[in-house]
Amino acid sequence: MLKNMWTFLKSPSSAAMWFILAIGFAGGIIFWGGFNTALEVTNTEEFCISCHEMQDNVYEEYRETIHYANRSGVRATCPDCHVPKKWTDKIVRKIAASKEVWGKLTGLIDTREEFVDHRRAMAEREWKRMKDNDSLECRNCHNFEYMDFTEQGNRSVKMHSDALASGEKTCIDCHKGIAHELPDMKGVENW
Amino acid sequence: MKLLSLLVVVATLSINPIAKAEEAAVTNVNPGGLTTIRGAAPLEETREAERLKRVIKDKNPIARNYVHQPPVVPHQTRGYRVDLNSNKCLTCHSWKHAAETGATKISLTHFETRDGKTLSDVSPRRYFCSQCHVTQADAAPLVENTFEPVESLGNE
Repeated sequence: MLKNMWTFLKSPSSAAMWFILAIGFAGGIIFWGGFNTALEVTNTEEFCISCHEMQDNVYEEYRETIHYANRSGVRATCPDCHVPKKWTDKIVRKIAASKEVWGKLTGLIDTREEFVDHRRAMAEREWKRMKDNDSLECRNCHNFEYMDFTEQGNRSVKMHSDALASGEKTCIDCHKGIAHELPDMKGVENW
Repeated sequence: MKLLSLLVVVATLSINPIAKAEEAAVTNVNPGGLTTIRGAAPLEETREAERLKRVIKDKNPIARNYVHQPPVVPHQTRGYRVDLNSNKCLTCHSWKHAAETGATKISLTHFETRDGKTLSDVSPRRYFCSQCHVTQADAAPLVENTFEPVESLGNE
């Protein structure tokens, strides 16, 4: 009797095996799909500015700049510049962003004054990130290969054909504060 | 026919005498307004705004018209902030950066206080560049004038 039971347990029917596999497969799709969907939701501007810290400070400042409003109507959203496009890099950035969630929970920059106090530190972190990845997020749209110097102003041609072309400088070295106001720039290189 | 229209007018007047009185008061009010070189506009009307002029994108320095004229800005300055935290103009035009960027250096008079004391950096009273140096647009003069620029400053 016991032995029969044991054999029954040890030898599942092949149907059950397929059933379990199917459950695993479907579960995998649902989990992975759900994960990616949630990830993409956090990658939208609506999500970013659903917090007052972003809405009242950086977003409000951003609305005055050329990346928000311009002649052709092409615009960049927060994640276009602040989240890498490549999946692995994106996950790394998202994990690093858990620190920002902690900041939100503890109310690190609840007021404009606190935001202004932290601006230099936050700006420096972002400058460093862009310096380290050779301004990758800029280059997702502004590709040096296709820059037509004849269409640029004298000043742009001089800078771009010299420092940028040689790889000595990267976009963020000169183009700081193009989308948000700057912190106190004392001691920052080239300022 | 004439009698009928007269009756209608009398009827209207008797029905609504207050409205008539108000209307009369309104027409007596002086609409004011000014006639300027940009045209006339009475107070109760909002004149259509002038079209924005296009600023020169990027040109070589423009010669001055008279001695001590603040040189005008021959390029766009959209988004160039000058505030307590930063001065975008000085990232090219300061003595520190001018050699590298090829921009015109700011005058050493900008280092002086109003008492004539020379400071080690730009004097606060000369910090806000666009108070004197302005971008140029291709705008026709609103009034004719006979001003002739000084030849010795490089004007043709």
